[in-house]
Amino acid sequence: MIVPRIRLAGVAKRFGPRQVLAGVDLDVMPGESLVIIGGSGTGKSVTLKLILGLIAPDAGSILVDGQEVVGLKGAALDAHRARFGMLFQGGALFDSLPVWRNVSFALAGSAASRRAAAIDNLARVGLGPEVADLKPAELSGGMQKRVALARAIAARPPIIFFDEPTTGLDPITAAVINDLIRELATDLKITALTITHDMHSVRTVADRVAMLHAGSIIWQGPLASLDGCDNPHVRQFITGSAHGPIQMPGLANRPAR
Amino acid sequence: MALVAIGASVLAAFAAVGRLARFAGTALIRLVQPPWYPAQWLNQMLVIGWLSLPVVGLTAIFTGSALAQQIFIGGSRFNAASTVPAVTVIGVVRELGPVLGGLMVAGRVASAMAAELGTMRVTEQIDALVTLRTDPFRWLVAPRILAAVLVMPFLVLVSNALGVMGGWLLATQRLGFNSAQYLATTARYLQVDDVASSLVKAAVFGFFIALMGCFHGYHSGGGAAGVGRATTNAVVSSFILILLANLVITVILFGS
Repeated sequence: MIVPRIRLAGVAKRFGPRQVLAGVDLDVMPGESLVIIGGSGTGKSVTLKLILGLIAPDAGSILVDGQEVVGLKGAALDAHRARFGMLFQGGALFDSLPVWRNVSFALAGSAASRRAAAIDNLARVGLGPEVADLKPAELSGGMQKRVALARAIAARPPIIFFDEPTTGLDPITAAVINDLIRELATDLKITALTITHDMHSVRTVADRVAMLHAGSIIWQGPLASLDGCDNPHVRQFITGSAHGPIQMPGLANRPAR
Repeated sequence: MALVAIGASVLAAFAAVGRLARFAGTALIRLVQPPWYPAQWLNQMLVIGWLSLPVVGLTAIFTGSALAQQIFIGGSRFNAASTVPAVTVIGVVRELGPVLGGLMVAGRVASAMAAELGTMRVTEQIDALVTLRTDPFRWLVAPRILAAVLVMPFLVLVSNALGVMGGWLLATQRLGFNSAQYLATTARYLQVDDVASSLVKAAVFGFFIALMGCFHGYHSGGGAAGVGRATTNAVVSSFILILLANLVITVILFGS
């Protein structure tokens, strides 16, 4: 039996009065690219932060390579985090450091070797060595995303998280980023977990799709079965309709036209 | 009802103090454990120390001069105008040098730290540090606290020297004091204890300035408004802590 790379079982998290996750069960298998879809505020980012150990769940278990993550501390938590790379929604580049120091941030070694590694990784995401000495603020949004992507893969972690990789990008840049993620996931044989509400991303990046709604996973399946899926929540989400079982708070009583 | 409200706010205050103490404790423990980032330390010393020199120096000169003028006016009323050099040096070194220097650095540095760390928090740069296996306390907080504690005494020495110089300038140029005599009196009344107390105050103020800047920035709420609040809170709380700590240290050292 293959041990799932990541297994969430009954994971719950509450922020004040808001129950964000109410028992999430989800497996991510080694080498697959899973995309979690769901509306804004459904706890997708929270799920990633729970797995990384940035926040602790109220209940449930999170296993990575069969090892329990909840309650890890100190060196064990550091070792756990060493398995992950993460592309943050806004890039989260350190704006006080030049591009090459951002990309090579988690790498050890001399400055020259780290700089060379940074340039290699920049090349992987289609950026030339001339950007290495620029500051993040001097780059366009799409280039910042690419630099952040280079930083996420630089230490060659076996698992990479992509948090809303295309948010704030124009459709063409978004398509380039999606292709890059797909390419890197395949070439580097990583396990990829992406959260998005961009259906273009889903179709390019995913092997398998899971939908998070009202604090739990309400549907999951291979990408190919997404369009044939008869779950009304999923149908409403993938067709992008304002009408259906998912209602925006405050709009629930508006008459349908 | 009133009791409940009072109880709740007292509890909240204790909780806040507890959070702050835990934050400070974590920062200090991480400061003494490797890995260390000496480049970050040096950079912070430069930012906090070197770049604060102009504002601290100007404040000291202006205040030292004004103090000498006031002592001259006050002293003249009972034929004690000759006390200007002695009272100026004591006033500057014991109180005005460290306190005004501390407040100016707090205004400059605590606000900048809170804004920088707050922005890093809301743009997920602090989370990114963690995912890149770098402890934000070691990378961001400890270097700032260390740099502020080490650099503030030097800034206050400069502040003291320029404050005394401001008094001397005004006294010799406008009040008719003899320069050599003024300096001799200053030297006679300046005690080692005064300078030592001034340096102790400076280090304590430096600690509170960096602690408040980092604490409020690190726990900044969402968006531009959250960072703005963090910045305001950092400046206001470091001002209050500086003035309170000054009172406590003054009473302990000079009260008996």
